[in-house]
Amino acid sequence: MSSTRVAARAGLQPSDARKGWLRSSTIWWCYLFMVPALILSALFTFYPMVMSWWFSFLDWNGFTQRGDFIGLANYWELLRDQQFWNAFGRSMLFVLVGTPVRVLLALLIAILLNNQMLKLAPVFRTFIFIPVVTTAAVVGVVMSFMLGSYQGPVNQVLMALHLVDAPVKFLSDPQVALWTILSVHVWKSTGQTMIYWLAALQTVPVTYYEAAKVDGAGAFRLIRHITWPILMPFAIVIIVLTVQSDLHTFALVQAMTEGGPYFSTQVMEVYIYQTAFAAGSSESGNAGMARLGYASAAGCFFGLATLVIALAQAWAFRKVNQVRGQLRESGDS
Amino acid sequence: MSTTTRERRTARPVPRHRWRTTLRLTLLSVVLFPICLVWVFPFIWVISASVKSNKEIFAGLNLIPEVVRLDNYVRAWTEANIGKYFFNTVFITFFSIVIAVGSTALIGYVLGRYRFPGKKVVIALFAAAIFLPEGYTIIPIFDLISAMGLSGSLWGVTLAEAGGAHVVTTLLFAGYFAQLPHELEEAARIDGAGFFRIFAQVYLPLAKPVVATAVILQFMSSWNSFLLPLVLTLARPELRTLAVGVYSFRGEYLNDWAGMAAASTITLVPIIVVFLFLQRYFVESIAGALKS
Repeated sequence: MSSTRVAARAGLQPSDARKGWLRSSTIWWCYLFMVPALILSALFTFYPMVMSWWFSFLDWNGFTQRGDFIGLANYWELLRDQQFWNAFGRSMLFVLVGTPVRVLLALLIAILLNNQMLKLAPVFRTFIFIPVVTTAAVVGVVMSFMLGSYQGPVNQVLMALHLVDAPVKFLSDPQVALWTILSVHVWKSTGQTMIYWLAALQTVPVTYYEAAKVDGAGAFRLIRHITWPILMPFAIVIIVLTVQSDLHTFALVQAMTEGGPYFSTQVMEVYIYQTAFAAGSSESGNAGMARLGYASAAGCFFGLATLVIALAQAWAFRKVNQVRGQLRESGDS
Repeated sequence: MSTTTRERRTARPVPRHRWRTTLRLTLLSVVLFPICLVWVFPFIWVISASVKSNKEIFAGLNLIPEVVRLDNYVRAWTEANIGKYFFNTVFITFFSIVIAVGSTALIGYVLGRYRFPGKKVVIALFAAAIFLPEGYTIIPIFDLISAMGLSGSLWGVTLAEAGGAHVVTTLLFAGYFAQLPHELEEAARIDGAGFFRIFAQVYLPLAKPVVATAVILQFMSSWNSFLLPLVLTLARPELRTLAVGVYSFRGEYLNDWAGMAAASTITLVPIIVVFLFLQRYFVESIAGALKS
């Protein structure tokens, strides 16, 4: 038995000599396996990424013409463009209001549904998650019917319950429309944040809770001393992902209001799209001119801003954790 | 303090404690259930509206129609071209899944299992794809698809949907293939299997969970995609997907609420049904994206 194994090993010996040849052929196979993904990445990620920066230095109006290089002129114009900054502000409002609401609401739902003894938890989870998987543009159209018309079901319910005297102009009042869309966005995407939290909560060992309960710890102390310290590192990632999703709401906003009324819901992505493509549309304020170079500059500026926001968050969280760690150390000693 | 709690706990009879927990959980369920129904009400409403008459939709809150009108679906399917858009969406979704999952499985396999010169460069490129500001890439993509002569066919949208650096799925594949045992490869090689056959017949079948995740992520992204098909079909309405078709429907048939609702239902129901059947994978996909 053992002698055959030795013989087999000895028999394999010559193949080691061939290994040099084998290895080089293996290397070629490796390169071959990477070709499709690398071509697709080059064409649809890296090339567009580089070109969008190049386009942002061009005075380029309409796909039929070629652009002229004008340096940073597009960026100088952006700095003075009130419509751009208004749109930028609306996107920031989505982040500043949408993110805390989504993160906290989702955490609350996740903690409720993480209860092992709640038999219906998977059913509830399914319900809450359904809006996440649906088509944002179509949900936007449906919502514009439900909220937009005076006889829409939402206004009918509000009137029937005597919560309002007159139908609410959810989408036609410039003061209200942005908040309406923000609410719909929170409704549609909170399920996603909830799944993140549930995944994070499942990393907390159940035995920790049982041990703590035996020691007589209440619900608040369980959360404070067991759940929270384990969730902290996940919270950073979850907040960063939620912020990114709050900045990318093009489909929903375009389908609900196309940025109207009077540009009151024109968030950053809608502004860029309308500057680039919606020539001649009454909602785009650029008098029928498709400004591809200028839109690229706005897009690059926005991309840079979102990246800075993400990095700043990661840095701030790390800093907070360091300070907490130092405080704990000094408290222990 | 600690003695009192201990006394109280021992004094409390166990069955009664369990009974109180059950009561609390039942109360929670009773509160959560209506909230969940309200949460999905828009979908119930649109399905109900899709079988009503135009007058009936805004006449009251009754969700049950007088007569179930399937003619809304016929009208949407034929007159509003939703049938065509449905076919386009299925085509784009199917082939973008094949292309994206195939290419990420291939690159994930070699990144996870082999060491070769240039590997670090590839990984650095993928990292760059995440950490560089992307700008407004839709304009160059539109330009590129036109230059490739694909702006008149569904393949343009399909390639654009499938293309791009799928960093998350590539990492999932690489991580999964890396932890599979090395002995399988040696055994297969002794049996005379070549590099490609070892991948296709030995390792890929073992990676079903990651394949499922990758398929679902791409399915959601292609079926729900809006900006890309919107821009690529601006001049070619016959290539629209359902998301773009329903969006344009509103502009073109302004008062046909019922047809509109039918078209929306045709778009929303397939993805909800797929989700309900594969929800374990959906939830794991999303959670997996977080972990990586």
